[in-house]
Amino acid sequence: MMQYVVITYLCLSILLYLLLGGADFGAGIMELFTRSKNRSAARQTMSHAIGPIWEANHMWLIIAVVILFVGFPRIYSVMSVYLHIPLLVMLMGIIARGTAFVFRHYDAVKDQMQRLYNRIFALSSAITPFFLGVIAASVLAGNINFETTDFLSAYVYSWLHWFAVAVGVFTVALCGYLASVYSIGEAHTEVDKRYFIRKTRTMTLIAFAAGGLVFLAAHIDGVPLWQWIFGNVIGTTAVVLATISLGVLAYAVNQGWTILPRLLAGFQVTMILLAIGYWHFPDFIVVQNGANLSLLNSQAPLATINALGWALLIGSLFILPALYYLYYSFQRDAEEVAEAVH
Amino acid sequence: MDDFIAARSQMALSLGFHIIFSCIGMVMPFFMAVSHFQWLRSGDPNYKNLTKAWSKGVAIFFATGAVSGTVLSFELGLLWPKFMEHAGPIFGMPFSLEGTAFFIEAIALGFFLYGWGRFHPWFHWFTGVVVGLSGLASGILVVAANAWMNSPAGFDYVNGQYTNIDPMRAMFNDAWLSQAIHMSLAAFAATGFAVAGVHALMILKRRNVQFHTRAFRIAALFAAVAAVLQPLSGDFSAKDVARRQPAKLAAMEAHFHTEKRASLVLGGLPDEKGKKVDYAVKIPGMLSFLAHGNFEQEVTGLDKIPVADQPPVLVPHLAFQLMVGLGMGMVALSGIYFLAIWRKKQWLRSEWLLKLFVAATPAGFIAVEAGWTVTEVGRQPWIINGVMRTADAVTPMPGIAYSFYLFSAVYVSLSLVVIFLLYRQIKMVPELYDRPAQLVAA
Repeated sequence: MMQYVVITYLCLSILLYLLLGGADFGAGIMELFTRSKNRSAARQTMSHAIGPIWEANHMWLIIAVVILFVGFPRIYSVMSVYLHIPLLVMLMGIIARGTAFVFRHYDAVKDQMQRLYNRIFALSSAITPFFLGVIAASVLAGNINFETTDFLSAYVYSWLHWFAVAVGVFTVALCGYLASVYSIGEAHTEVDKRYFIRKTRTMTLIAFAAGGLVFLAAHIDGVPLWQWIFGNVIGTTAVVLATISLGVLAYAVNQGWTILPRLLAGFQVTMILLAIGYWHFPDFIVVQNGANLSLLNSQAPLATINALGWALLIGSLFILPALYYLYYSFQRDAEEVAEAVH
Repeated sequence: MDDFIAARSQMALSLGFHIIFSCIGMVMPFFMAVSHFQWLRSGDPNYKNLTKAWSKGVAIFFATGAVSGTVLSFELGLLWPKFMEHAGPIFGMPFSLEGTAFFIEAIALGFFLYGWGRFHPWFHWFTGVVVGLSGLASGILVVAANAWMNSPAGFDYVNGQYTNIDPMRAMFNDAWLSQAIHMSLAAFAATGFAVAGVHALMILKRRNVQFHTRAFRIAALFAAVAAVLQPLSGDFSAKDVARRQPAKLAAMEAHFHTEKRASLVLGGLPDEKGKKVDYAVKIPGMLSFLAHGNFEQEVTGLDKIPVADQPPVLVPHLAFQLMVGLGMGMVALSGIYFLAIWRKKQWLRSEWLLKLFVAATPAGFIAVEAGWTVTEVGRQPWIINGVMRTADAVTPMPGIAYSFYLFSAVYVSLSLVVIFLLYRQIKMVPELYDRPAQLVAA
């Protein structure tokens, strides 16, 4: 029983990291794609929106990692060994991004250094989710090979293939998309708002194109992506619902609503994860010529799973109310600021 | 560079970096809370400015500590996958609780940093206290996990299999309490002396003396209290190590030969091949007393430990001497400071006392790094004491040296940037905080 509690928390923390941490990455990605005349307004809006919550958004990654190494140690160690290089680059991105964000906010002197922080922040905001996508794709692509000892086939081709690259690009695009939708509600003026709406349209197109790229790359690499998604009712339904909700989202944005578009964007990303995840569950790592590592066959002993499950349940009692109050407080505050500006 | 050495160096570098940021990130919130309390109670605007100035420091250190901690949670697997595969389910309990504590800390920090003027003042103050408490809890939990590596518990190791896992017994292993107390006090002393030293320097330079004096007094008091308690905790730890890890004790004391009435070796240069210590001062019977509480009792030397299981001696011994020496220096300075507070008020305005504190600025952190070196190098060749060897845990991936160079470059540049940022924060104190009347009005 407790194993499903732990698995649920693992899936939830991965999802929340993609939704909240992803939007946060997206804020930096939008800076990359913003013309310099609009950049400082966009940056201020985003900085204001993510300032109080950005640390909390990245905690979900830590929760997911801890669940992996405590509850599914074999999965954690196989990823660590065979995906060492993309994990390393992702970590470099996390270091660069986290420090650049805080440094630019807290540097007492606002001078040329700001440009350096901005550059590093924006670049690492794209690099980190790109490699997260690469890692996610590599886990499923089936190129991890326990039998080889050759450096390239063991540690490089395990993640360096078109499918992984395409999923990396798609992840970056999704993050940018999430951030652009979230930011519509953060805009303080009508001009900003229209600007962010235009941005959302662009980001939607880019995400669509990147999604197409993923299917193309899967085809080239022989990854049965089509079957994963359209080979079962749940996957197909999820993708259809996500597509329909795009239309609803466009309508909601035109009506000037702010909360519904965010929920819908979150819903779409959730559906994409569900479509991929449902087919594979409980498999977590697809292995070349061997038994896949699954969330059910790679578990820690029962005593550990029970302890971990209770730790997560009790931890949530502390975290969730506090987190809700944090979002609520600063959201309410942002609305007051917005009204004051109008 | 050999891959194994590279992996160990990278781990040492990463933890050595993280330990500084996490100590400051966990202790500064308490200084901040005291200053914040003084502002709310007395209305002295210097305290409000000080709280704000410190909170910027906390934000910088917390963020750097958080990312380096995130990196470590992956690095454990990247460098020691075999270790994590077996140890994860056993010593994972403190990490899963630490996840909660760390999460709460991040939430509370969001409230605190962005909450000025938005919440009831005492609620705002309380969020700052929560930052400190959850940070302290995180620190203790992580140390409990490290203690498990020194004192593995909560499982049976039979024929290479780890069975009968009990995560709670693993967490509350024999070493957790002594290590948790020692590390927490060390964090308070190290951060206290570092902060007090910086503000003492500013007072000596006659910059914003009121502001820096208040800062100095808060930091120095925390530092002094922690520093005088530390020898007691050190004694508790030493007796604990003597009982659980005789090889580590022998290495840190450079105690090559098992003997009764064992001498305490002060200083000196251990000669690992010749099994002797050159240029040392020896106090007969003292090691027996410190390790076991009486002057006659036998103390196990390295000769009783199989050669393959012996830790290196030179590094742990020198690091241990350094730690104890600096610790004693901090106790002496703390004694002088207490005397100044109670009996010799005029000393508080004297330049020599401030100069001593300036000289002591890095002392605590050097001692923290040295102490951590003792506990990690002294445990070698084991990653799980007596169960798994470090060399058996390392990743099979070649080329770790390049990863080590990369980490070195990143951490060195990050350290430089943080120092640069702190320098700018301190330089800006006059401009940002030197207009108390205006700020009160605002």
